Amino acid sequence: MGFQAIQGEGWLLAKAEQLINWGRSRSPWPFPYGTACCGIELMCALASGYDMARFGAERVAFTPRQCDVLIVAGTITKKMVPVLKRIYAQMAEPKWVLAVGACACSGGVFRTYSTHQGIGSVIPVDVYIPGCPPRPEGILYALLKLIDKIEADHPLYKQRSKVIEALEAAK
Amino acid sequence: MSLKEKVQAVIGGDLVELTDFRGDLCAEVPKGRCLQVLTRLKEEGGFDFLSDVIGMDNLHLYEKKKQKKGKKAEEETKPEKQGPPPPRFEVIYLLLSLETGERLQIRVRVPEDDLELPTITGLWRAADWPEREVFDMFGIRFKGHPNLRRLLMWDEFQDHPLRKDYPLEGKGEERHLNYDIG
Repeated sequence: MGFQAIQGEGWLLAKAEQLINWGRSRSPWPFPYGTACCGIELMCALASGYDMARFGAERVAFTPRQCDVLIVAGTITKKMVPVLKRIYAQMAEPKWVLAVGACACSGGVFRTYSTHQGIGSVIPVDVYIPGCPPRPEGILYALLKLIDKIEADHPLYKQRSKVIEALEAAK
Repeated sequence: MSLKEKVQAVIGGDLVELTDFRGDLCAEVPKGRCLQVLTRLKEEGGFDFLSDVIGMDNLHLYEKKKQKKGKKAEEETKPEKQGPPPPRFEVIYLLLSLETGERLQIRVRVPEDDLELPTITGLWRAADWPEREVFDMFGIRFKGHPNLRRLLMWDEFQDHPLRKDYPLEGKGEERHLNYDIG
C-alpha cells in the first residue's frame, strides 16, 4: 500500500494517515546502540558502501530525543539493561526498535549470568534480525521491513478518541 | 646469567617452587612474603612492568586430582602421601622486564578462610583495575587498595561469579536502579 492522492493544480487530496505514514516511513532516523560486533556491521550498513541513507535513514542521531528507530546492535548485559530502558524511555513518539543479531534477539551464545536473554523482555521490538552478526544487507532488509510496517500503521486510528475529542471541542 | 638463576638470586629465600614449563618461568611464593618478593623483583630484578593480575579457583581441579589419586591408590595398594589439601584460590602476577623482555609469573596461594592479600598498587598503579577485577570475580580482598569496588558487575551484585561453585547461568540476579522505568 503506497501513497495515493488525487492531485490538481495547486492542490492535493489524500488521507491524513497516509500522509503521516509517508513522512514517517521516509525518514526513519536511526539511533545506533552498538555494544558488540553487530555494531561494526551496523557502521558498515550506515557507511557509503551500503548507504542506509538511501532508505531515509539519513541522519544518525546520537541523542535519543531526535531519532525514530532504536537499533540495538550487540550483546546487552544485565548491567546495561537499565541504560537501554532509559534510552528507550527518552525517545519521543513515534519510536521503533530493531534487534540486530542473535545476542540482542535472544542472548545468543552467551547463556550466562551476565547477559540479558533478549531485549524483547524489557522493550518492545518491531523487527528481529537473526545472524551472528547479520550482514549489512540483513540490516537493510530489516529496515525495509520496518518501513513496510510503518506504512501499514494507522497512526490516527490509534488516537481516534483523542481526535474525536479535539473535533468536538472545535465545534 | 639465565633468568632462572637471576630469579633465584633475587628472591631465592622466599621461593616455594620454581618451575619452568615450556619456557614460561613460574615462581610460587608464600602468601605472607608476596609484597616483599614483588618489591624486590621490581627494584632488584628489573621487572618494571606489570602485565596483569589474575585470580584462579582450583576447587574442582583438586577434587578431580583427589579422585584420580584414589583410583591409583586402589590399583597400586601403596600408601600415598597424605598432606593437607592445597589452598583453593591462587593469584598470579604476570611481570615483564621492558629492558630485557623477560617474563615471570608469580603465584600466591590464597586459602578460602583468609581471602586477603596486600595490594601492590603502591608498586604499580597498573594493578588498580586487575585487583578490582579479581575482587569482583573471586572475592579476594586487597588490603590497602585505594578504591576496592566491583569492576565488571554492578555494585549491588552479591556473588563472585568466576568461582567454580557459582552456576554459569547465574542465580537470577537482575540490576535495578532507582530511576528505573517500569
